[in-house]
Parts: sequence; structure tokens; C-alpha cells
Amino acid sequence: MYEIVGKKNLGEGINLYNISAPDVALKAQPGQFIILRVNKNGERVPITIANSDKNDKTVTILVQTLGKTTHLLSELNVGDSLADVVGPLGVPTEIEKFGTVVCVGGGFGIAAIYPIAKALKSAGNNVISIIGARSKELLLMEDEMRSASSEVLVATNDGSYGTKGIVTDVLRELIYDKKIQIDKVIAIGPVIMMKAVSDLTREKSIKTTVSLNPIMIDGTGMCGACRVLVDKKTKFACVDGPDFDGHLVDFDNLMNRLKFYKEEEKASYECHMKQHHKV
Amino acid sequence: MDKNANKSRHDSLETKERLKIKKHEMQCQPPEERRHNFKEVPYGYSPEEAVEEAKRCIQCKRPYCIEGCPVNIDIPAFIKLIEEGDFLGAAKKIKETNSLPAICGRVCPQEDQCEKVCTIGKRKDTPSVAIGNLERFAADYESKYGDIHIETNKGKGKKIAVVGGGPAGLTVAGDLCKMGYSVSIFEALHEIGGVLMYGIPEFRLPKEILLRELKVLEDMGVEIFTNEVIGKTMTIDELLNERGYSAVFIGTGAGTPRFLNIPGEELNGVYSANEFLTRVNLMRAYNKSEYDTPIKCGKTLVVFGAGNTAMDAVRTGLRLGYDDARIFYRRSRKEMTARLEEVHHAEEEGVKFEFLINPIRFIGDENHNVTAVECERMELGEPDESGRRRPIPIKGSEFITPIDAAVIAIGTNVNPIVPTSTPGMNLNKWGYIIADENTGKTTKKGVFAGGDIVTGAATVILAMGAGKKAAVAIDKYLETGIW
Repeated sequence: MYEIVGKKNLGEGINLYNISAPDVALKAQPGQFIILRVNKNGERVPITIANSDKNDKTVTILVQTLGKTTHLLSELNVGDSLADVVGPLGVPTEIEKFGTVVCVGGGFGIAAIYPIAKALKSAGNNVISIIGARSKELLLMEDEMRSASSEVLVATNDGSYGTKGIVTDVLRELIYDKKIQIDKVIAIGPVIMMKAVSDLTREKSIKTTVSLNPIMIDGTGMCGACRVLVDKKTKFACVDGPDFDGHLVDFDNLMNRLKFYKEEEKASYECHMKQHHKV
Repeated sequence: MDKNANKSRHDSLETKERLKIKKHEMQCQPPEERRHNFKEVPYGYSPEEAVEEAKRCIQCKRPYCIEGCPVNIDIPAFIKLIEEGDFLGAAKKIKETNSLPAICGRVCPQEDQCEKVCTIGKRKDTPSVAIGNLERFAADYESKYGDIHIETNKGKGKKIAVVGGGPAGLTVAGDLCKMGYSVSIFEALHEIGGVLMYGIPEFRLPKEILLRELKVLEDMGVEIFTNEVIGKTMTIDELLNERGYSAVFIGTGAGTPRFLNIPGEELNGVYSANEFLTRVNLMRAYNKSEYDTPIKCGKTLVVFGAGNTAMDAVRTGLRLGYDDARIFYRRSRKEMTARLEEVHHAEEEGVKFEFLINPIRFIGDENHNVTAVECERMELGEPDESGRRRPIPIKGSEFITPIDAAVIAIGTNVNPIVPTSTPGMNLNKWGYIIADENTGKTTKKGVFAGGDIVTGAATVILAMGAGKKAAVAIDKYLETGIW
């Protein structure tokens, strides 16, 4: 069993969990993910590792409460356990000395990009991070990102903090107005954001890595549910990714595949809420 | 064996008499009923039926059936025990060589193995003895009435890691445990069993039977770790050098599904057989009220392929509620690789088989959901490298079939996780592990491999056979220290 040893509410239904998973914590590298099941009848859900601690033997994940599974998870507290945690899965993000690397994290993607920024900085890169949220209160992990970057730029949709707008606006400014020489961009966030970032960097041929999170079941290459189109070829996000060249990813296909079970997910959530919460 | 005793018991019935007994088919759930549920199809023999069927065995001097069995079960001996009414003795006899008889009795392609070479089956008017059905009967009888206790030797004092809890791994684990080794199985999924758990459906191999066999292993002392992806969570080298294992057996299966590589394959509703079956079997998506993993249902399902996996997928489709479940195969009926019984059951249940059809592209709607498949008709040409006649497209024969879902069941490729994380272990040109056929030895000291990860996709029993050989070789290696 995998015990929850820490839990923190970060607002807007987002929770941070520290989960005891010794074997996973020992091995986790930036860019990798776990698959968890909340209980014995639950589905397998892939979640990017936001941090891992080899001493405490824990992994940290951030999860937004959206459907039944994440709701069940949100009801668990410190001392409760998850049925399953498996990982670290996926190929780790390539960490090298590239020069100047821009890490773009949108909303929830900030949790995923944090360990990557940290590792890139340790590898001697000049890390400029662009992080975005709808408003100031919803901005995640700002302090952590500051410690992992040389410079942090913020964008909020409502303008309550940093630039008013979205992360791509800030990136465009870096490329076109400030004319900063960028050696690599890593973008993690909503699919639409990763697509916009990739479109922008394609103009200047700046190498861009994105991290994809399609529907998965086993996460070990066995089922093919997570297949994505990269350079028109079928790739499995679980074993070939989750990182891919943003200029070659078919983002529209990914968005469409992510929608496939929307109805079932909604029905399952409503049924769960009716049974357990008397809505 | 005491040959005289054998003879005297069999004197009671002349061979001539035996040959007159009609073959006993197992009673099955009626097709109309079973196509709507996930319960097992055959009920199995009653003790009377089993005894009658056992009488058909003529106990020939040269029992070809034993050679036909990949794990060389003493088939005439266990059948004789059934005839004598000693059902527990029969089960014990089988278990001397096969630790998973309830499973093999259900999923082995007997018509290509023991029953293929059965002496009476070679005669014109007498079908082979139903060896598989009898094996299943003995194993089921034991689980109901027997006290399963397997003697294990003690004190070999060495630990062995088995990577992958499928048929090969379970066999190695059982055999080595009996010899007195401490065995740990490392399984990537949350439940052990491999293809027996995620691939083969409930109506063909009830999970209860699998769990029973697994419990026997656990009771013997085999340690089971789930959620351990070797190659990710820890490596083969770490098992050997840091975790104190003296040898490792790799039985991770073939695993990675092959796709057709045709336009539209990325549409929603186009599944690999592994995904379709995993949702239903491992994740129990068919039981919506209790389990959370979703699966869709619609009117028409087409499964591409004609192996056992294709049969499992198409029959699963019927049970999920598809009105029209079809097999499209690019070759002809003769080239199908599925077990005869599965094809027969599928046809009884109303699965439609269409041959010499090859898909060209999938067509979808504005929501990216598959709505149709375009195919072309084929004709058979000269034999290809597999020895089967190569299908060739007929020009201008394209046609479109409306569908709600498609399942691709055309085989698997190697799963890269273990092969690519294990330095010093050589792979063949397809990426499968190179291992000695008789011992399972890889090119890396202390590491053995068997099953689909060596041979590419094959059968449960062949994986078990490889596991048996590897167990003997591992013991020899650890006893002598000679690689």
C-alpha cells in the first residue's frame, strides 16, 4: 500500500500529495510519471511526478479534482493509502547543457515542469521560466520555480499578476522583442498551450519539447491506448515518450483522443456524487 | 511403471470395445444465452462423462501424446487414473509436470499438440481422446475436493527473481520453489497473471481459476511483488547486484500491439486487441456498476485478425452488447490460427466471419469517432515465408462497411522496456531476447529468458514449456556455478 504522508490544498480543487513509494522515489527522474489507482475497483490514471525525495522515499504529485477518480483521491487524507502506485514510467526528459532554455508551464503543467527546470539549472543551463495561470491566486509553485530558474516570467489571464495574457505572449516577446537567443524550449501544460508554443517556436526553428498526457491504461507499452501521432507515425506516449518534438506532434489528434470518454466520465462522476454526496 | 499392472487393469476392456465408445463433448452454455454474459462457456465433464471419455484411451505402447505436449505430461497415466475413478490421483499425476493444469486444459491448442498425434485420432472413424477436457476435469475436481498441498524442498538458500507474472514466469517460479529456492515474482501490473489476467476473457478462463492457481504458488512460498516495472522501477542488474538475487528469469511477454498503419487508425473507436481486452479483463469494464474504467458499446464491431486474440475480442464485443460482431481476415478460413474450439464457439454465438478482406482506411466523423472502414477483397497467391498462400488485393474490389468500433488483432511486437535496459544481453533483429532453446540462457551471465519475449507471440503452453526448461537450467547453474 502506498500511504499519503502529506497533503496540501492549493486552491481551485488542486491538491498536492506526498505519497510513500520507496522504489519509485529512488528512481524518479525529471519528466517521468506514475500510474495510480485510488482503490481496488479504480481506473489507472497517469500523473506526472512533480518531485521525488530519495530520503523520505516519497513522490509528490499535484492533482486537480475533475472526475470520479480525482474526487475519490481528494477525499483521502494523510494516513490513508492508495491501492497502487507504479513507476517511474516513461523516458526521462533529456537533461544536458543546452545553453539558454525556456521552460513554459501552463496552469497545471507547472508541477510537471518544475523538476525539469531544476535539473536543467543544475546542469548549468540559463533557465528562463514562463509560468501562467488564470489569476494570481491560481498560480502554482512560484517559489519553487524561482529557485529552479535564473528568471521567472509570469502571465495571468486577468492581469492580476505579471503580464496580462497567456504564456505564449510572454514567449513571443522574449523571441521577437527582447531577441533573446534561445537554444531550447520545453513546454508543459494544456494541449492547446503546447500547440501554440510549438507553432510559435517553429517560425524560428527553436527546438521544442512537449510532454504529452493521453489516456493510458497499463503505461508500459502493452495496450496502445496512449498512441499519438508524431511526424505522422504512431508512437506510444508511455514508452516512446511522454516527451516529443513539439514541431512534429499532431496536437489536434491528441485533443480528439482525449475527448473520447468524456460522456462516460461525466456520467460516472454524477453517479458517484449522487450516491455518496446526495447532491 | 509396472507394466503388468497396467495390462491387467486394461484387460477389463478390449481395445476394440474402447474404440467403439463415442467421444464425449463437454456440455456448454447455450449460445443464445452465453453471448450475453461473461460466464464460462463449457460446463466441463461430470465424473461419469470423464470416466467414459477416459475409457477411449487405448494406453498405447508408444504414447505420441506425451511427445506432443510441450511440458510432456504423462497423459496415458493420468487418463488411466481417471478411468479408475482416482480423480485426485490424476490431478496429482498431471501436477508432477504441469503446475497450471486448470489453465492449460482450457487454453492449450490441443488439436495441434497432444490430440493431434493421438493414435486413435489417426484412424478414420475415431476422433482423438479429448485429452484437454480430461485435464481440465481432473484439475477442477482437485480444486473442489482435493487438498492441494505441494511439497517443497527446503534450504537451497538462494534467491531467484522472476520478471513477469505470466505463464512462463509462473511456471519457473513454481518449479524453482519446489526445488527449494526462494522465488520472487516482479509483476508490472497491479494483478499477476500476465496474458491470463489481461488478455484471456472470463468466459474462456474464469479469473477465479487463475486466482486459485496463484494462491497455490503463494502458499508454496513464492513472493509476489506487483507494480514493479523491471527496467524502470529497478533494473535486471540491480536485482543481481544489489537485491541479492543469484539468477533472474525474464518472462515479460511480447506485449506491444501491432497496428495496420493505415489512414484513420488514430480515430476514436479503433482499438488494439490488447487495449480492448485489458479494459474488459484486467480493469473489468464490463461491470460498470462496480468498476471505474470505461468502455464504449455500439451496433457493429469489426475485429481484424484470426488468431485466438481476435476470437477473444470479437466474442467479448458480443457480450458487451454489440449486435453485429464480425471477423475480417485477409487470408482464408484455412489459414486461421485460432483454436478450433474458439472458432466454433464464436460461430455458434453469431460472430460473422468474412475472409479475404483487407482494410485500407478508417473513416471518421467530425468528432473524430470511427464510422466506417474501407476494405478491399483479396485472392490467394503463391505461398509466402510463413508457408501460407500470400493474399493479393483484387483491383477495383474496394467497399465500405459502416462500423462503430474496430479492434486490431494482428499480433504484437517486442516490448522494449526490459531488453533496452539490460546491457550485455543480446537481442535478435526484431528486438527479442536471444536465449538458448533448451536452457533459456541469455548472453548475460545469470540471466535466463523464455516465452514470448524470446519467441515472439506464441501460446501459453509454449511459454510454460520454456519456463520448465529454464527452471532446470537455473538449478543446474546455481548448483554448479558453471555458466
